[in-house]
Amino acid sequence: MLTQDLHTVLPELVLAIYTMAALMFAVYTGKDSVTSALTWATAGLMAALALWIGAGEAGSHTAFGGLFVDDAFARFAKVTILLSAAAVLVISQDFMARRGLARFEYPILLALATIGMMAMVSAGDLMSLYMGLELQSLALYVVASIQRDSAKSTEAGLKYFVLGALSSGLLLYGASLVYGYAGTTGFAGILTTVQHGVPVGLLIGLVFMLSGLAFKISAAPFHMWTPDVYEGAPTPVTAFFATAPKVAAMALIARLVEGAFGGITPQWSQVLAALSVVSMFVGAIAAIGQRDIKRLMAYSSIAHMGFALMGLAAGTAFGVQAMLIYMAIYVTMNVGTFAFVMSLEMGGKPVTDIGLLNQFSKREPLKALAVLVLMFSLAGVPPMLGFFGKFYVLKAAVDAGMSWLAVAGVVASVIGAFYYLRIVFYMYFGADQEGAESRMAPAQWVALMGVAVIMLAAIVNFFGIEPAAVAAAASLVG
Amino acid sequence: MNNLLSIVTFIPAVAAVILALFLRGNDPAAQRNAKWLALFATSLSFLVSLLVLKGFDPANVGFQFVEDRPWVLGLHYKMGVDGISILFVMLTTFLMPITIASCWNVTDRVKDYMIAFLLLETLMLGVFTALDLVLFYLFFEAGLIPMFLIIGIWGGVNRIYASFKFFLYTFLGSVLMLVAMVAMYKAAGTTDIPTLMTFKFSHDPIVVLGMNVTGGLQTLLFLAFFASFAVKMPMWPVHTWLPDAHVQAPTAGSVVLAAILLKMGGYGFLRFSMPMFPVAAHLWTPLVFWMSAIAIVYTSLVALVQQDMKKLVAYSSVAHMGYVTMGIFAMNPQGVDGAIFQMLSHGFVSGAMFLCVGVIYDRMHTREIDAYGGLINRMPAYALVFMFFTMANVGLPGTSGFVGEFLTLMGTFQADTWVAAVATSGVILSAAYGLWLYRRVVFGALVKESLKTITDMTRRERAIFAPLIVMSLLLGVYPKVVTDIIDPSVGALITQFRADVPVEAQAPSTTAQASN
Repeated sequence: MLTQDLHTVLPELVLAIYTMAALMFAVYTGKDSVTSALTWATAGLMAALALWIGAGEAGSHTAFGGLFVDDAFARFAKVTILLSAAAVLVISQDFMARRGLARFEYPILLALATIGMMAMVSAGDLMSLYMGLELQSLALYVVASIQRDSAKSTEAGLKYFVLGALSSGLLLYGASLVYGYAGTTGFAGILTTVQHGVPVGLLIGLVFMLSGLAFKISAAPFHMWTPDVYEGAPTPVTAFFATAPKVAAMALIARLVEGAFGGITPQWSQVLAALSVVSMFVGAIAAIGQRDIKRLMAYSSIAHMGFALMGLAAGTAFGVQAMLIYMAIYVTMNVGTFAFVMSLEMGGKPVTDIGLLNQFSKREPLKALAVLVLMFSLAGVPPMLGFFGKFYVLKAAVDAGMSWLAVAGVVASVIGAFYYLRIVFYMYFGADQEGAESRMAPAQWVALMGVAVIMLAAIVNFFGIEPAAVAAAASLVG
Repeated sequence: MNNLLSIVTFIPAVAAVILALFLRGNDPAAQRNAKWLALFATSLSFLVSLLVLKGFDPANVGFQFVEDRPWVLGLHYKMGVDGISILFVMLTTFLMPITIASCWNVTDRVKDYMIAFLLLETLMLGVFTALDLVLFYLFFEAGLIPMFLIIGIWGGVNRIYASFKFFLYTFLGSVLMLVAMVAMYKAAGTTDIPTLMTFKFSHDPIVVLGMNVTGGLQTLLFLAFFASFAVKMPMWPVHTWLPDAHVQAPTAGSVVLAAILLKMGGYGFLRFSMPMFPVAAHLWTPLVFWMSAIAIVYTSLVALVQQDMKKLVAYSSVAHMGYVTMGIFAMNPQGVDGAIFQMLSHGFVSGAMFLCVGVIYDRMHTREIDAYGGLINRMPAYALVFMFFTMANVGLPGTSGFVGEFLTLMGTFQADTWVAAVATSGVILSAAYGLWLYRRVVFGALVKESLKTITDMTRRERAIFAPLIVMSLLLGVYPKVVTDIIDPSVGALITQFRADVPVEAQAPSTTAQASN
């Protein structure tokens, strides 16, 4: 029995043991001087694990009496998380080294956070849900303030910690209510309970849990920490915040609402729809006044989370599939965009003011073209891949009879298009003047160009991720 | 060869990729290579499209040269042409080499300029050949990107405002269409355009937000598509982006915008609104009629007082597009034939008008009408060409402009006499602003000091105008070349429309009398 359980959690186990070993190794040998090797090794291991999970066996297994679920849904989310984490590690290596931030804790903390995320998406019980979430969050609080000499970075870490603790509190309170009324912490047990009538306490608990999780995906109106933390944290850390944890938290919400509350779709669907519509509009409108590209990306991610929630709000298997594809496309776009943001500097110092992109296209035509593709993709303009993400969630919403949500979404996307266009405007139409340069390490260059090519090339068949997403959604909604 | 349409469509895109990847440097030699490659690719695309025209069978009202490959999400990569779309394909491939040739004097970022136009051609051709809703949307919407850049990078003083307005205006129109497309996918279970054209969307009244919607789902879908096509067309009162975009765009950009991009709205009405939502289209016909009539009269009056030549031509475009919408919604053979004819003719004539403005703008760098006068003394050839196209724009019999206007007015007269009467006054107004513009620019004494050294058209410029004059005359004196191709498809469209629209709504007075 135990052997089987361990076999099910083997990928997590491997990563956990590696992390411990790496920590010991770094502490007793060269400390920060091995950072570069550690970063590459961690990224390599993550990519290998992603391959292993992705190519691994099909079917669903549970371990530890239902605490841990390994199904197609978890595998899809894990592959996305591992690949994006690996990509962020690879593109951040150069930035961290040149800014004197090459601490060996960085790859290790990211690996720990990744283990937490993998546990989150596999959670089959409120206990394991919380365990995974906290492991992830604690690692991220530390990473946010890794630039400990900078007031802004420390502030970001503290802010993230305080608000994160608040959201964890909300989540725990909700979980305790759910446990109290359902009499069990297992998702399968809760599912059976709600099929025989829904006590009000259980609903209140659900709403509290959703609020707590909305903090983690930075859905409005729980988004206030996002712009400050994105701005304050070093850019590679911001890149990480914008990618893997978002996928994990979004998958966790899907797991919770579909896995534990699947029988009462109308009850939570309207909550998610409200979060979705508020996020889309807050993300689109608040970004208009931003001049800092990192804050801008923060609002952009708020808006994107709104779109992904639209898929979940549909409450159908297709909705979950749409959400998964949307998130996969979203993280890809963000990896590319942040690879570019990291490389921006002026006089050797990193800069993030979009005004400094003036006439960037004359200095760096190829990079400007790649960023142009990314911006139109983020705005959801065809033929870029970002459009297909939007198309999937719109279809999910309309199929579920929520056309109003779809209309709200497209209106918000028009407003949002304005600020993506403004970046293009600075790069191409601006007046001639001195501006930021882009110094890219090979890995960053490959990430930016690779993502730009994917945005155009993947429209042929999405590289075949659609069947995987279908299987994932089927395993969750069934 | 059944992938001929894909070849026509993607030749320019392939050339654009070659330019982007393999052409280095910005010296005159590289610039010349970029221009020649672009000219070669667009010409090749035109030649291949001639093969399509040659193999096209007008008697067959279905889609021809169909290619169909499965894509993601149950969508298909499906292309094909029928009698309505093939001429728009030809118009595009015919005009693009001319457009490329017209920007031979550009020196700023030539390579990027050529790439933008080549991509734009691929996207425009895709719009006219796509037979899958989402594929159509993809091309329709993606066309905004190169046009946004063309206006924004190579445009005039106020280009930023114009480019943003252009993009956001048209983007808002088309995202509503996207939601409607998703709803159609849900209702019909397919995104295949030929299937949807015969699919009967429900028109039972439904209640939305407490309002009773006559025509039900069809009305909602129709309005969503209308939002997109009316902006694209552009119809009064959502035409205001067009004058800004035209004035700020570089000459070649204006030509493409007026000659091809505007046709997407009319094509959309014919391909989607009329066959797919006939009941709703019939319900909203009076509104469209009056919007068109107002557009014709109002924008003609506005054109009369313009100081800027390009703005004047832009407003005259809006007026001419009014005839098109009117003809389409008249839904009789004369009206629809006339609308398609008017769109083709407008493609040649308005394109040529913008080129005429471009010729003197290249020399004097101003578009103010007052800055000119007496050009006939130094530019006789130019005066002749400009005269020809002014007359074609006015709708002089013998030019293509006359046939389109006459047919649409005739069609509309049968459907709604008052609208036709109001619209006819536009013919006079167009003569007024057209001839007055011509008089102020070309005739009179040459008194302006700056104009004393102006030179007449070069051989390249004459070569650009020659094919346009030929086409305009050919269509004017022998319209059968066009109507032979479009008639069967138009006939099928109208037959189906009349079958779908309830009889009592078709002609209320006659049926009422008959039943008595």
